[in-house]
Amino acid sequence: MKSKARWTRSWPLALVLAALALSACSDPNLPQNTFAPAGPVARKQADLFWPVFWVAVGVFLVVEGGIVWMAIRFRHRRDRDRFPAQIHGNSRLEVGWTILPAVVIAVIMVPTVSLIWDLARPAGAGALNVTAEGHQWWWGFRYTDEDMRTSYDQPIVTADVLVIPVGRDVSLSLESAGGLIGGGPEQADYAVIHSFWVPRLAGKQDVVPGRTNRLVLRADEPGTYWGQCAEFCGLQHAQMRFRVVALPQAEWERWVANQKRPAVTPTDPEARRGMDLFLNGVSGGGQCIACHAVGGTEAASPAGPNLTHFADPTHECFAGCIWETSDRAALEEWLRNPTQAKLGSKMPDYNLTEDEIDALVAYLYSLT
Amino acid sequence: MASVSVPRTAAGILRRPTATTGVWSWFTTVDHKKIGIMYGVAAFAFFLIGGLEALLIRAQLAGPELSVVNADQYNQLFTMHGVTMIFLFVMPMAAAFFNYLIPLQIGARDVAFPRLNAFSFWVFLLGGLFLYSSWFLGGAPNGGWFGYAPNSTTDPSVGMSFYALGLLITGIASAASAVNLAVTVINMRAPGMSLFRVPIFTWMGLVVQFLLVFSLPIITVALFQLLFDRRWDTAFFDPTRGGDPILWQHMFWLFGHPEVYILILPAFGIISEILPVFSRKPLFGYQFVVFSGIAIGFIGFGVWAHHMYAAGLGPVANTAFGISTAIIAVPTGVKIFNWMATMYGGDLRFRSPMLYVVGAIMMFVIGGLSGVMHSVVPSDYQQTDTYFIVAHFHYVIFGGGVFAFFAGLVFWWPKVFGRMLSERLAKIQFWIMLVGFNLTFGPMHVLGMQGMIRRSFTYPEALGLTFWNQMATVGSYLIAVAVLVFIANVVITQRKPKGLDDEDPWDARSLEWTTSSPPPEHNFDEIPTVHALDEFWHRKYVEDERGRVVRVPAGAAPDHDPARGGGSGHAIHLPSPSFWPLVAAIGLPVMGYGVLYSWWVLALGALVTVVGLYGWALEPSVAEEA
Repeated sequence: MKSKARWTRSWPLALVLAALALSACSDPNLPQNTFAPAGPVARKQADLFWPVFWVAVGVFLVVEGGIVWMAIRFRHRRDRDRFPAQIHGNSRLEVGWTILPAVVIAVIMVPTVSLIWDLARPAGAGALNVTAEGHQWWWGFRYTDEDMRTSYDQPIVTADVLVIPVGRDVSLSLESAGGLIGGGPEQADYAVIHSFWVPRLAGKQDVVPGRTNRLVLRADEPGTYWGQCAEFCGLQHAQMRFRVVALPQAEWERWVANQKRPAVTPTDPEARRGMDLFLNGVSGGGQCIACHAVGGTEAASPAGPNLTHFADPTHECFAGCIWETSDRAALEEWLRNPTQAKLGSKMPDYNLTEDEIDALVAYLYSLT
Repeated sequence: MASVSVPRTAAGILRRPTATTGVWSWFTTVDHKKIGIMYGVAAFAFFLIGGLEALLIRAQLAGPELSVVNADQYNQLFTMHGVTMIFLFVMPMAAAFFNYLIPLQIGARDVAFPRLNAFSFWVFLLGGLFLYSSWFLGGAPNGGWFGYAPNSTTDPSVGMSFYALGLLITGIASAASAVNLAVTVINMRAPGMSLFRVPIFTWMGLVVQFLLVFSLPIITVALFQLLFDRRWDTAFFDPTRGGDPILWQHMFWLFGHPEVYILILPAFGIISEILPVFSRKPLFGYQFVVFSGIAIGFIGFGVWAHHMYAAGLGPVANTAFGISTAIIAVPTGVKIFNWMATMYGGDLRFRSPMLYVVGAIMMFVIGGLSGVMHSVVPSDYQQTDTYFIVAHFHYVIFGGGVFAFFAGLVFWWPKVFGRMLSERLAKIQFWIMLVGFNLTFGPMHVLGMQGMIRRSFTYPEALGLTFWNQMATVGSYLIAVAVLVFIANVVITQRKPKGLDDEDPWDARSLEWTTSSPPPEHNFDEIPTVHALDEFWHRKYVEDERGRVVRVPAGAAPDHDPARGGGSGHAIHLPSPSFWPLVAAIGLPVMGYGVLYSWWVLALGALVTVVGLYGWALEPSVAEEA
């Protein structure tokens, strides 16, 4: 009896401990933690998760607790060799435990269906429109609003990082944009299915070749939110990451103004040499501009990441966000041997000399 | 019979085999028990291979940015792990139980089509070997078991062609076996065995065969389209030429979700069969358990798009499939409540099969609850394609399915091999596996919610996923230890002398325990007459008018009628062994290689299969007495 009493008294404590352990789950220092939402979409999704989770915990405790209790209460004892009562069933019970879960489920489905429709609503008039393009294996972002056109009359385009203003709806059109790089079967960038996911801002939306899916999201606080492709899309699916940088209004306006300008023409001779290699081809005959665009120059191919503002501080990472842009050694290694630094990368190995790599790196770092 | 003279002419090449023992007898056998054992051995071998793949996966993910394997190898490993465990382990292991037990449980001498049964096994085995030969022929499948187009149609490696062909071949095995077993249950039940006296395991088996019959055609069409897109540049899934990538998803999951129930219903059958034995009570609500199984089968065809919430089908479809997914929890809950009611008030004997069964129920409940959470569409937008899903379906298929399989293996081992597995080792294995399993897959719930995507060969340290990944890796190696304990148990047991101290070691309930262990080739000396559900139990005990149990005196059971005399097994005509099913099966993988490499090889394979089928058709099922 005594141990039983102690158990009854200690279970609220156990619940408190469990709740504490769970609250540790919502650590915002984990950059892809769905339990630390930073925008209304992810928050609504998490707010729906938790009550359902607690209902599941309740069912779990009743069922598993019941089984454990029976396993102890009705276990065979040596001193008892009798048959238990042979009960074949009970229709009233059956009806009861058919209806009970149905009721629980019906209750859960009410907020579920309501949120499905809530999230499916298109963005309001003031939203920022961006087309997110999935490639094998990186993301490109094209700002399609009229007031986001550059001085050289192209839309603002970024790669690997989506920059957005804080507190404003962003309406994303999701497109699978492969198919622009030809070559042998190993080099081609195929249009396949991807899935756009920034866990702290919104749940997933697939990117399907041949159609345009939409996703509306918003960031409530300035900051960097990590995302990655969530639908298996081939060899480097795991390294198809990206980031969303949310800027306060003033910084956002400065960023837009800078993005509208054409790329800087470097004055440093090393960077000048890099620009020359970039625009006119490297010693092995390779052409960077076959795939890359740099705004305001003749380099205008949409096939690879747009490099116009490669060294802008918001462009934190490159090559599917597997390296920090500030990591010079990684950038050099990437240029030296792209298909090995990131196995199967669609950027060809042009056999650059060390000298050429230095010049190209200087050029890229000049593109603020 | 007029055709009797034809095999005589064919006998010049392939003499009709007669041996029922020895190595060769296994290649020509049409005995459902031998075929069942072969299914079991082959499935277990694939389980070990799929397990090794899992251990490599866990080694690679034991820390951030490791390079135990590279991206390319990893993609092949996780694809082959899934394909192996689903198509080459769980399905054939279920087929092993079905083949061995269904005829015995319904009091039949064999399945309806014994040679078709042999054909099914050989096609499955050769299909599996065909799939695995891809490792040596340019790379294994690397697009996931779900093979989403257009990634699967455009991937430059040959792997996904092997995937399409290999699954087409094993699909033939499953389809043939499904028709065979369904006909067996419907037509070959012993006198007196009405549908509601059919043992619950066989009932679940019947539901599974119907699920297979209706779902396999869908994946077959999809795989042909995938193969044609890859091999002959058709455009079923290419939107630039009028195709649609979403078409593949609809067809794959229209098969794929019933497939989930194909994987788990055999486990439900095993649980429902074993739980009453060790509770010493009949299954609570037998008819409700049967009907809930059928209901799961039906509703299972109406939930496929819950794999596609994020695909952009729109709020109407997501609402409909969210609700249908939630509804399937109702019949599943009915099953669990009936199991609990079976235990309630029982005399629970925790011998090893019971441990596995109760473990399976408890683990399945966790997987079931996370499954219900997937009907909550908006929060599933976060969970889909993350490790939360990996955790969910491993709790269902490993926690529910594999634990139930081990329950079945320990429970029916004495029936099949005439030797008892060591209780002690079986219990040690159970506890190691239970801990290892939860340590592996429990943390994956957290990993998924903290942003770890599936099918990812690496993760950066900054994501903060290292600790739980390490736990999962430790757990997976514990599971490996548990499996080694099982293998040791089998090796030790098979070296013990044959023979059971007690022909009825568990105080069992169903008909398979009325015959000897192992059963004679003809199963029953005399076809039993069935008077009740749990026939064997009712021959041992009767309930008095107040529901109390009284033991029946030896020799007083209704079937023990001395006037009819005991049969001795003479004058029973069993189907004779045959080479032809094996010959017909060999042609199929040859055709598969032909599709990939040469029209001549394709023609050769087709010829072999046609010759096999003709030899088979023209040969009488029972050879003439020599």
